[in-house]
Amino acid sequence: MPDARDSILTKLRKTRDVHPLTPPASDFAPIEAKRWADEERLPRIRRLMEAVHTEFIDATEADWPAVLREFLAQEGVGSLVYAPETEAGKQLVEGWGVASPASNSPSPPRGEGRGEGDASHDSPEGPAAHPPHPNPLPGGERGRTPAPTLIPYDRPLEDLKPQLFESIEAGLTATRGAIAETGSLILWPTAEEPRTLSLVPHIHIALLRTDALYDTFLQAMRDQGWAQAMPTNVLLVSGPSKTADIEQTLAYGVHGPKRLIVLVVHP
Amino acid sequence: MDANAPDFAAASRAALADPQLRGNFRRAMDGLMGKRAAQFADAGEWHGVRALAAAVRLRALAKLPELLEKLEENCTRNGITVHWAATTDDANAIALDILHRVDAKLVVKGKSMVTEEMHLNAVLESDGIEVLESDLGEYIVQLDGTMPSHIIMPAIHLNTKQIAHLFKRKLKDAESREDAAYLTDLARRVLRAKFQAADVGMSGVNAAVAETGTLCLIENEGNGRMCTTVPPVHIAFMGLEKVVEKLEDVPPVISLLPRSATGQPITTYVNMISGPRKDGEKDGPREVHLVILDNGRSGIYADPELRDTLRCIRCGACMNHCPVYTKVGGHAYEAPYPGPIGKILVPQIEGLEKRGAMPHACTMCNACVEICPVKIPIVEIMGRLRVEAVKPGGAVKDGGAKASRAERMVWSGWAAMNASPTAYRIATAAMSRLGNAAPSSLPMLKEWTNVRTKPRFAGRTLHDLARAKGIPDA
Repeated sequence: MPDARDSILTKLRKTRDVHPLTPPASDFAPIEAKRWADEERLPRIRRLMEAVHTEFIDATEADWPAVLREFLAQEGVGSLVYAPETEAGKQLVEGWGVASPASNSPSPPRGEGRGEGDASHDSPEGPAAHPPHPNPLPGGERGRTPAPTLIPYDRPLEDLKPQLFESIEAGLTATRGAIAETGSLILWPTAEEPRTLSLVPHIHIALLRTDALYDTFLQAMRDQGWAQAMPTNVLLVSGPSKTADIEQTLAYGVHGPKRLIVLVVHP
Repeated sequence: MDANAPDFAAASRAALADPQLRGNFRRAMDGLMGKRAAQFADAGEWHGVRALAAAVRLRALAKLPELLEKLEENCTRNGITVHWAATTDDANAIALDILHRVDAKLVVKGKSMVTEEMHLNAVLESDGIEVLESDLGEYIVQLDGTMPSHIIMPAIHLNTKQIAHLFKRKLKDAESREDAAYLTDLARRVLRAKFQAADVGMSGVNAAVAETGTLCLIENEGNGRMCTTVPPVHIAFMGLEKVVEKLEDVPPVISLLPRSATGQPITTYVNMISGPRKDGEKDGPREVHLVILDNGRSGIYADPELRDTLRCIRCGACMNHCPVYTKVGGHAYEAPYPGPIGKILVPQIEGLEKRGAMPHACTMCNACVEICPVKIPIVEIMGRLRVEAVKPGGAVKDGGAKASRAERMVWSGWAAMNASPTAYRIATAAMSRLGNAAPSSLPMLKEWTNVRTKPRFAGRTLHDLARAKGIPDA
């Protein structure tokens, strides 16, 4: 409504000019003063994030895909969606098959699991109307479970929605570092690495390299020059989805991922 | 008096008589105050970051018209469509226009207080559009057919048992289990199907960055991300004061908001949106709309003292610390914004005719001012609104609505008595002799004495006592 725009702005400008406001200087020193030694940042991030149920796994550049594969197999996770065009995605595929070449070929989601016709767009109200979601939590039995199926996120969300919501169990993303003050991962979705990878699957696995650990949110955005070029979406993620809306009782996994697993890739 | 005006006194009496409600609030508020205090254990850090956050908000207000233009320019450049709404009716009409154009049948919403202000859900429902609140607390309140009782924790007035009962009644196949984890998972299952199917997602905005055209949203559940990422269209609503100048202004605000609100160092998600899905991107909404709502805010802005109301970052800490709110709960206010901030904001938006009682629901204890992360002088503004309520033609909508001839006469008599030594002497002497004889049931005393003991007047005035001690009159 152009009329509303002009009348609002004119009114604001007129009344502000009658009573101008002189704000005090913005002194960022109290935030800039928050510093941690190099060796303190990762333990602090880990402590803060574990306090809100984040899980950590350690690996190296050489073995992280195999470590992840072993972990997911142990946990009984059947499928992992990843970004095939990213560096992490390529490394994943490359390192995945070393242990078991049979499961190397990423199988396309189409044609497996639920058919297109099953998309429950107009399902009636009530949880029972939906298929039970795959159990993302470790089942009773561990051990020789097969490696999860790799599913490339290689098409628009619209073509992947049913699988993403109803059958895919885990999603893998990279990070652009982490923040020591609050224990937060920086996620920087791109055309190659979609936003929903870290949102819809029940388990989110985030790769964290130890060379991009910042003291504060402010320092991260300054050092990485965010203000010059913000992408469509940037996220700080500090744990799995949680709520305390029922009588202040913390419950994890309300709408976003039920589990957040940080795979720390040491040099 | 407006027949439709909410009756705070009656509503609060009812709330005070409800031991379940009082217990629910007492427990929740004690917990929140304790958790907040633990987050600000370092007093120096609190003072420093608080001063910065206040400066950030004041700088935004100092440049408000320019920043809104800049925000519009940069959002537009990013592909976000910006809409301006003078009133809540305009904002609802804008929303309906978009929904009709995309033929929306199902809307999922993240938490947004501005849409509570707009009564948007009722508007959409009467238009035949299914709208679902997805924040768990908001979802509970929506199922219950009531309104949020707290701006951060909408269902804080209910306990687990009550929510289990509600779910059992409203959701097919819900088991009767008084277990927060079970109830949360149940809501997850219902709402995931809705996120997947929704035509439009709606959200509020915690801060909009003029410099980059970025909308910042913070949340714990992931429903906000779902609403702003999965449906093909995203509509965000913000009050016009929510703009900040620079991206760097976001960290101080984000640093204080969750710590003040719920005592957590940061929310699970900080979601910064700078546009719709770009060419080549595989997800994100195809359209992003930003609705900037005035609804009386430009009027608040016009007054240099009342303007401070617009600093608010909606953390809700003032509610958690308010001796009135913590006793009567949020519903007694019958307003989208309860508690101290509500008591100064709502009367300015809706007018003093309807909301003249709100600024009086305050003991002026200053607890809210002490913990406000952006240093809003809430109590001063409260006092100002009490004056505006009896002063016709002032700066606030329906100013003077509570003016009464009798009250004005009492106060001018009081002023005259205190201005003349003779009148003062006569009046105090009369009170010391007759004051105790006045029954406490006198109409003018009853409002006071029905909850308090009438004080006893001393037999002799202070002046008499002083004179008896040989102290001469001045």
